[in-house]
Amino acid sequence: MSRPFTFTDPQRARALADAILLLAPPEPVKIVHVCGTHEVVITQHGLRRFLPEQVEILEGPGCPVCVTSTRDIDLAVRLAQTGRTVCTFGDMTRVPGTRKTLEDAHAGGADVRTVLSASEAATIARRSDREVVFFAVGFETTAPMTAAILLDRPPPNLSVLVAHKRIPPAMVALLLLPGAGVSGYLAPGHVSTIIGLAPYEVLPREHGIPVVVGGFEPLDVLYAIALILRQRRDRSPIVENAYPRAVSEEGNQKAQAMVAEVFEPTDSSWRGIGTIPSSGLALREGFSLFDARERFGLEGEEGEEVALGCRCAQVLTARATPDDCPLFAGRCTPLTPVGPCMVGGEGACSIWFRYGGRPRL
Amino acid sequence: MCLAAPGQVIAIEGDSAVVDYGGVRMFARLDALGEPVKIGDYLLVHAGFAIRRLAPDDGAETLRLFDELAVSVGESRASQSPTLESAPEGP
Repeated sequence: MSRPFTFTDPQRARALADAILLLAPPEPVKIVHVCGTHEVVITQHGLRRFLPEQVEILEGPGCPVCVTSTRDIDLAVRLAQTGRTVCTFGDMTRVPGTRKTLEDAHAGGADVRTVLSASEAATIARRSDREVVFFAVGFETTAPMTAAILLDRPPPNLSVLVAHKRIPPAMVALLLLPGAGVSGYLAPGHVSTIIGLAPYEVLPREHGIPVVVGGFEPLDVLYAIALILRQRRDRSPIVENAYPRAVSEEGNQKAQAMVAEVFEPTDSSWRGIGTIPSSGLALREGFSLFDARERFGLEGEEGEEVALGCRCAQVLTARATPDDCPLFAGRCTPLTPVGPCMVGGEGACSIWFRYGGRPRL
Repeated sequence: MCLAAPGQVIAIEGDSAVVDYGGVRMFARLDALGEPVKIGDYLLVHAGFAIRRLAPDDGAETLRLFDELAVSVGESRASQSPTLESAPEGP
């Protein structure tokens, strides 16, 4: 099969790397991206070696698995331990709550299922006579799929524990943290496929921060970095689309309408950051019948628990790199993760462990 | 998490398409797409749902953007012949 959307051509990479060198200012620049898939591309392909020393690119709160609060994980564990079938995406089963992971609950006899799609959870519910709870995590890319199953004659034994999050409010919140020092954002391509460009406008307009929406081929990322540097050079921060083959200005309006029909914005707690206004989604009144929190009378009373020495909170806010953490690759590895950043295939620590992080040249 | 892979539609069954990813075939639901799909189209698929139709020409268009940037940055450098260090002070 031809692969018309694979861009790895070394000559073009060299040309883009040269452009980056020419556009880079002498002072330090910290570019933050908020997508685990970007971190995988950057680290796996060694793209940091193309950047001059003063330009760094770090993952912020870009891994939905990592930023899910321990409270929500504790609720999912409690549901699993009290006889409900809990379905969720793979990495989510390995993230520690206050005491346990969903995997621990499964090992103790609870029915925990890994799914690749929200519609699998609906299928499992249709074939089951038990209560089936879909633990719904993910950013704007994934929320439409949860909306889709609730709009498609959901079976009565299905409910949803909603932990969806919206990324633009977190990008604003990150700027306000002490020591954030963000010079520009590489915005997530597939979130933007859904939401379009408008939700990022606040960043250049009110905070003077360049925003470039980037794709996920190695050349896409280099191109987006060059555009961020060009905006800084020209002192004209805007929202720029470096991924037009997948992102339109207005986004996927069908998916937006589905999300708006099912959910409304709500405040949400992010691991490592805290509560961010309007950064989560809650089911609207008309869908409360399918809200696991209401159906089972759940309230999250447990607090946040942070393992001693774990620096996930700093890594999730792009204020530390994984190898700044004393536990990294020692006590904390993908087989024995201490913090959530080492669990998810998209957590910065897990990615740096696998591919080697920043090349020391 | 927000991984989405481009694949080619090889069959359409109701509200789903069979999408081929270099030999691996998977169903993708079409209800979050909002535009018509035909066999041969490329779709960007996330977690079992198509989220965008890709035009095959968009690949070439992307390469043109890359080349345009590399050329324009190279030219602006040549026209001012700045050193690497003074480049940021440019237009």
